Amino acid sequence: MRKQISFLLNGEKVEVEVEPHWTLLYLLREVLELTGAKEGCGMGECGACTVIVNGKAVVSCLFPVMEVEGAEVWTVEGLAETSPGGLHPIQRAFIDNGAIQCGFCTPGMIMSAKALLDENPNPTEEEIKTAIEGNICRCTGYIQIIRAIEAAAKGGSDEGGVR
Amino acid sequence: MIRYDYLKPSSLEEAIGLLKQYGGQAKLIAGGTDVMVDIRQKKYAPQVLISLRGIEGLSYIREEDGGLRIGALTTHRELEKSPLVRERLGALADAVDNLGSVQIRNVATIGGNICNAAPSADTAPPLLALGASVRIKGSEGERVLPLEEFFLGPGETALKDDEILVEFIIPSPPPNSASAYWKHTRRQAMDLPIIGVAMMLAVEKTEAPALKEAFGREAPLEELLGALDKSELVCQEVRLALGVAAPTPMRASKAEEFLRGKRVTQEALLQFGEIASSEATPRDTVRGAAWYRREMIKVLPKRLALKCLERILHKNQKEGGK
Repeated sequence: MRKQISFLLNGEKVEVEVEPHWTLLYLLREVLELTGAKEGCGMGECGACTVIVNGKAVVSCLFPVMEVEGAEVWTVEGLAETSPGGLHPIQRAFIDNGAIQCGFCTPGMIMSAKALLDENPNPTEEEIKTAIEGNICRCTGYIQIIRAIEAAAKGGSDEGGVR
Repeated sequence: MIRYDYLKPSSLEEAIGLLKQYGGQAKLIAGGTDVMVDIRQKKYAPQVLISLRGIEGLSYIREEDGGLRIGALTTHRELEKSPLVRERLGALADAVDNLGSVQIRNVATIGGNICNAAPSADTAPPLLALGASVRIKGSEGERVLPLEEFFLGPGETALKDDEILVEFIIPSPPPNSASAYWKHTRRQAMDLPIIGVAMMLAVEKTEAPALKEAFGREAPLEELLGALDKSELVCQEVRLALGVAAPTPMRASKAEEFLRGKRVTQEALLQFGEIASSEATPRDTVRGAAWYRREMIKVLPKRLALKCLERILHKNQKEGGK
């Protein structure tokens, strides 16, 4: 019962055969071997599987793979690949601000931050908190993550383009 | 892993045809944030999921006949960001601000929240308080049902196997009115309500300078209630809706009847809450005990009435979005 779907993944066209009951997360991790997005709870609570579909952050563990047809999907792998120097400014800001400890939540956290900054380049602290309220981190206590997202936003506006 | 086929019709007619063809073996899916979890938890195992996301024209918020029409596929995020919703439907704006996370609100739909028919559905009490009806389409045509008649039990609705909820009809609000929703939770984000209370209140006139001034400077509760007692505000119309207070979201109609035509005072609001509590039939659950829910229903309507009055007097249904 496999079906063919095609979509844009990290800027490149992908055509792949899928089972209709798969989730986007399953396709990414188990078939396309992009293991940046993590499966934490599998129920949309933890945000570790967050990716961007058509400009919006979504939890890929609940996203039916058949809804990806014709869509534009970005994962954390795509950020590094398409940034000069090998790291996206948000990733760089996470490192500089110590916003990483075990790293399990980081890809989801970064994709939520990217969806926010794409839509709103100068978010308030409150808006940052709202954007990551669905991303659970059990190590850092969130403060460094909020600072990192603030720094990534500032880098974009004050210094005429991020590093 | 439960295996199923996934179909994506491009019109309502096609979707209704598929529902008829598969009988009870099909399940409709919109945003999927409930359906995908339920399948994973093996609550049901459909042969086929029929997605509504390929059908155009089911996602909108527009004015009509002085009220608003909301398409069933409108996401919570779209509602949250809609100036029309924030301005006119304070209770609904309150609910969508605190439902799930941004990732969930980006895909979860208002139609899905209502059709899932959880006793805790956050959009249900606001829609009940706003007097909403639902438009339903099926193989035998179309019907409009008051939302009160839509919920039959936990997870059970008035939808037949081949019917689809397509639209919410929200009537024009009475003059000098506002609405609000309070989700009583243990944590600030990503939680389901222990109890949910929504209220729409309309008053005869809006001259209450002392109360308005007290709201303006965010006075403590005691002072607000003192100013309320001195004001001569009379309740013209009221709707009070409760979530997680019974097997389905419910209207507290005896409480409403009590307050209608009365002066809105501390004493009246206290009785209003007590009557509402006597109408509720909450259960003990992991999130809270029945007795606790009954106690909270006694006091929360007072808080909701004050929020409505603040919005009426200051003419802002809901402060800016997140």
